[in-house]
Amino acid sequence: MLLIHCPYCDEKRAEIEFAYAGEAHIARPNAATQGEMSDEDWSQYMFIRQNARGEHAERWWHNAGCNMFFNAIRNTVTDKFVMSYKMGQKRPSTKQIEAAKK
Amino acid sequence: MSAFRKSGRGVVNIAKPLNFTFDGKTYQGAQGDTLASALLVNGVHLMGRSFKYHRPRGVVGAGSEEPNALVTFERGEGRITPNMRATALELFEGLKANSQNRTPNLKFDLGAFNNVFSMFFPAGFYNKTFMWPKSFWDKVYEPFIRNMAGLGPAPTHDDPDNYASSYGFCETLIVGAGPAGIAAALTAAKKGGRVILVDEQAELGGSLLSVNDAQIDGVAVADWLAKSLKTLAKANNVTLMPRTTAIGYWHDNFVALSERLTDHIANVEVGPAREELHRIRAGQVIIAQGGIERPLVFNGNDRPGVMLASAAQTYLNKYGVAIGNEVAVLTSHDSAYQAAFDLADANIRIPVIIDVRETISPALKTEVERRGIDLMLGASVSKTSGKLRLKSIEIYAPATESKRRVNCDALIMSGGWTPSLHLWSHSKGGIKWDTDLAAYIPDAPNEKAVCIGACNGNFGLGAALNAGNKAAGGRKQYAVEEPEFGTGVVLNSLPNYIQSSKQKAFVDFQNDVTEKDIKLAVQEGFKSIEHVKRYTTNGMATDQGKTSNLNALEIASKAVGKPIEKVGLTTFRPPYTPTTFGTFIGYRDNELFDPIRKTPMDGWAEENGAVYEPVAHWRRAWYFPKAGEDMHKAVARECKATRDSLGIFDASTLGKIEVVGPDATKFMNLMYSTSWTSLKPGGCRYGLMLREDGYIYDDGVVARMADDRYHVTTTTGGAPRVYRHMEDYLQTEFPHLDVWLTSTTEQWAVIAINGPNARKLIEPFVEGIDLSPEAFPHMAVREGTICGLPTRLFRVSFTGELGFEINVPSHYGRALWETLFEAGQQYDICPYGTETMHVLRAEKGFIIVGQDTDGTVTPHDAGMSWAVAKKKKDFVGMRSLKRSDLVKDGRKHLVGLLTEDPKTVLVEGAQIVIDPNQPKPMDMLGHVTSSYWSESLGCSVAMALVRDGFNMQGENICVPMPDGNITAKIVKPVFYDPKGERLNVV
Repeated sequence: MLLIHCPYCDEKRAEIEFAYAGEAHIARPNAATQGEMSDEDWSQYMFIRQNARGEHAERWWHNAGCNMFFNAIRNTVTDKFVMSYKMGQKRPSTKQIEAAKK
Repeated sequence: MSAFRKSGRGVVNIAKPLNFTFDGKTYQGAQGDTLASALLVNGVHLMGRSFKYHRPRGVVGAGSEEPNALVTFERGEGRITPNMRATALELFEGLKANSQNRTPNLKFDLGAFNNVFSMFFPAGFYNKTFMWPKSFWDKVYEPFIRNMAGLGPAPTHDDPDNYASSYGFCETLIVGAGPAGIAAALTAAKKGGRVILVDEQAELGGSLLSVNDAQIDGVAVADWLAKSLKTLAKANNVTLMPRTTAIGYWHDNFVALSERLTDHIANVEVGPAREELHRIRAGQVIIAQGGIERPLVFNGNDRPGVMLASAAQTYLNKYGVAIGNEVAVLTSHDSAYQAAFDLADANIRIPVIIDVRETISPALKTEVERRGIDLMLGASVSKTSGKLRLKSIEIYAPATESKRRVNCDALIMSGGWTPSLHLWSHSKGGIKWDTDLAAYIPDAPNEKAVCIGACNGNFGLGAALNAGNKAAGGRKQYAVEEPEFGTGVVLNSLPNYIQSSKQKAFVDFQNDVTEKDIKLAVQEGFKSIEHVKRYTTNGMATDQGKTSNLNALEIASKAVGKPIEKVGLTTFRPPYTPTTFGTFIGYRDNELFDPIRKTPMDGWAEENGAVYEPVAHWRRAWYFPKAGEDMHKAVARECKATRDSLGIFDASTLGKIEVVGPDATKFMNLMYSTSWTSLKPGGCRYGLMLREDGYIYDDGVVARMADDRYHVTTTTGGAPRVYRHMEDYLQTEFPHLDVWLTSTTEQWAVIAINGPNARKLIEPFVEGIDLSPEAFPHMAVREGTICGLPTRLFRVSFTGELGFEINVPSHYGRALWETLFEAGQQYDICPYGTETMHVLRAEKGFIIVGQDTDGTVTPHDAGMSWAVAKKKKDFVGMRSLKRSDLVKDGRKHLVGLLTEDPKTVLVEGAQIVIDPNQPKPMDMLGHVTSSYWSESLGCSVAMALVRDGFNMQGENICVPMPDGNITAKIVKPVFYDPKGERLNVV
C-alpha cells in the first residue's frame, strides 16, 4: 500500500485515504474557447489521454483526509510517487522531477 | 517409546507425550512435535494422495514448502481448515487431522485409477479431452471435473472463530529468525529503534535448530541461540513474533504478517482470536527467508519415504526423529553428505550414498569412508519400489550400464538449493541468474529492503551471521566452526535407461506435473515459461512451486534450447503460504462486512413489518405487507391509499448537499444544465446535472434557501459521486468562486407526505409557515417549525399528488414520524415503501437516473430539453451536447409503453423490436427501463428507451419473450393526471 504525500496536509498518508482522479493539467476550456472548438478539438480535450509509460502527472483526491484535490508525479512503471504539488501549480520541469527523485 | 525417536535432541520434550488422531487412528507424539514429525515417529510416511493421479505420497519437506503432506485440520463444527501442511501443524493433546483427496481411505483410494491410465492424462488433458460433444459439457464433463478437482473439502458451516487485525510500525522488520535474521536483530536492537523479528515456525532459530555440530563464537549453536533469544527478549525495543508468516510485501515497505494465535493450543474455545493480521509499515525490511532444497527429478521420486536431505536432517536434529531404519542418499550437492553423516552418527543405517557426480572432494570422501558408508559416484536411481512406502531402489550407473538393487525404507535427496525470493519478488526487487548456484538471486532493490543469508545465495552459518550483522549496520565478524556448505551440480533430470515416456519423474508433486509434461508443453508450442506454467500447472498449487519452480525451469530451458537466464522466472505473488479467509477479513465479518446505512425511521419500519431492499449502502423499506399480502397486493394497496387520501414515506436517504457562498448561484449555474438565476429564495426547482460528456449524471429538487444558500438534493445512490463531482470542479476548474460545499445527507431526516389530505395532516403541527396554496405554492420551500422542531418544509411531489417533504434534524425523525402517523389515522394514513414510490412516479413519467437513464442518455433523449437552460454561457456538459453524435437523428428516446393487453406487465430490461419474425440477429430498437402494474389506472405502464421513439408515437412495437411476443404501443410517458391538476387540492 502506497504512502502518498498530500501537499496540503504536508504529510505522507496511507493510500486508503486517497482516490485517483485522472490525468492532471488538462484545463477545461472557458466558455468562449468552447464555442470555437471543433468536435475534433473537443474530443481531444474530453477523451484523449497520454497513458504515459513512466512519469505521469496526475490528480489525486485526499477524500478521507483534508478533502483537497492535488497533483502528483507518479511513475506508472514502478508505481512510485516522485512528488506531489498543490492544484494550480505548474507541471514540474524534467529538471525538478529529477531533483525530486534524489 | 518408538524406535524412531532419537531422544535428547532439539525442541521435543519426550517427557510430555501427546495423543492425537490421524484418519481416525490414535497415535502418540510429544510436546514440540509437528503433525509430520509425530507421524514419522510412528513410522507413518504416507500422509496424502496426489492431486491428479491420486498417487500415495509421503512427506517431502519439514517446513512450509511441503507439497505432499496436506491435511484437513478439524476442531469441531465450522472449525475445519483444509490443506494445512502437516509440517507446520503443531501437535497438541487431542489434535485431529484427516488426509485428503482419497476415497474411501488413504491406503485404498478409488481415484487412483487415474494413475493406471496416467499415460492418457498428459499436460493439457482437460483442454484437449473435454471438448465434444457439446451436450456433455454440463451433464458429464463438469460434474466429473468438479468431483476430481480440489484438494481438501470446503467447510460446510460458518467459521465460528474470531480473527483480529491491527496496524504496526517499526524501524526494522526482519523476516526469518534463522542465523541471519537473529544476527540482524541483535545488531538492530543495540542500535535502537523499533525492531520486529518474525518467523513462521513455533520456535525461533530456523536452520540453527537443524544443525548438529557447529560452534558460534566458541559456544555450541544451541547455547548461542538460547543466549541470543534471551538478549532479544529482554530488549524493550524488540518484538519477537514466532508463528507469524510474512505473507506479502507491498509498496513503501508495507508488509502483511499473519500470526497464528491458537492453532497450537489444546481445547481452545471459540472466543479469543485464532489469527491476527498485522499490517506493518517498516523503515527497513531485512529479508532472511532462507533457502529451500531442491528435489531431484528421477523415475519414482514421489514414493513415500523419499524426502529432502535437509528435511531428514531437521527431523533428526530438531524433532529427534529417525525417518527410517535404512536410509539411502541420492545427491548432486555436497550438502546432503552432512545430513547423511548426522543420520549415520545417530545410528541410522546408511546403505549407500549415490552421487550423480563423478568426483567429490577428498575431505568428504574421507568422512564417508570413516563411517564405512558405501559410496557410488556417477550413478543415479532408475527405479523405486514399494506400494505405499519405499522398499528398495534400483541404482543405475550410466557409464557401465550396470544396475543394482538396494533395500531401504527411505531415500533422502538433494539437488542443491534455491534461495527463497518470494517476498523480495513481491517488493519488485530485481533478480539475476547465478551460474554457480544455478539459481536466481536478488539484484537491485525496489524498496528499502535487503535480502541476506541463504535467500541472497550466501549459504552457510558464518555467511548468514555476518550478513545479518552487516544488514543491521554492524561490523562484527562471527567466529564460526561449521562443516563446509560445499558445491553441487544441477541436472534437469537424472540419467536412466528407461525411456522418458515410461518414467514417472515428478517435478511438481502437488499438481502431479512430470518431466514429460513440461517437455510436452514445449513441444506443443508453449515457449514462454509463463505459458508452460499455466499449461502444465507447474507451480500453481497451494505451495506455489516452492520445491518445483527451478527444476521446471531447467527442464523447460533445455527443451526450448535457450539458456535458463533467457527463459525467466515466473512471478511470485502473495500470500507466501496459504492464508485463511478469516485472516483477511479480521473484524469485518457479519454486520461489519459491508455496513448497512439505516435512516432514523428504520426501526419503526422494522417494527411495522417492512420488507427491505438495498439501495446503495442503505436499506430502504420496500413495502409494508399486511397479513396475507404479497408484494403485488401490498403495493397496489399502498398506491391506492396514497392517491385516495394519504401516504407517508421515508425519504431520508436522498443525498443532500448545502451549497453556500457569495458565488453559490454562479457555481450552481455551472454545475447544472438548469438555470438558477431566476429562482428566488423560497423557491424550488428541478435540477438536472450532466457530466462534461453531455449525458445525464444526476437529478434532484434544489431549494434556494437564501441568496447565497442552496439546499441541493441528489439521488440516493448518487450522493457521494455528485459531491465529489462538485468538489472537483470547485477546487480545480472554478477555484475563483467563493463557495463552500457540505454533505448534509445524514443531518436531515426527511418525511414525505403525499395525497389529497397531506396539507390537512400537517397543518395543526406547523408554526411560522402559511400553508395556504397562495402563500406556499408547489415547488416552494419554507422554514418554520413542526411540532416545535425546526424544519425546512418543501412543497414538492414525486407522486403527482399534493406533497410535502419535511426535513428535520435527523435525530427527531422517528419522533416526528410517529406523531404524524398517529395523527394521520383519521385519514387512513398509509406508510409506503420504495416500490410504491416507483410506481407512483412512473405513472407520472418522472425518471429515475440510473434506471431510465444509463450514462448514454442526454436531456433531449429523456424528453427533458426543458431542463437545459438556453441562455447560459457555460455549464458542465454544454459543449458536449453539440457533439455530432449527440444531435444526430435516430438516437434512443425515452417513451411510454402501453401493452395491448392491459393486464400484461412487461419485464424491465426486455428488448424491443418492430417485427418479431425477422431473421436473427434481430434489429433491436431499445429496451424497457421501468415497468409496473398501475392500480390507479387499471393497466400496466412502462417506460422504455426506443430508437427514434419520439417519432413513433402511437406505433406498435413488439417485446419478444420466451413464452410469446407482447405487443405494446408507444405513448407519451405521462400516464396519470397529465395536466397536474391533483397538485392543486385545497
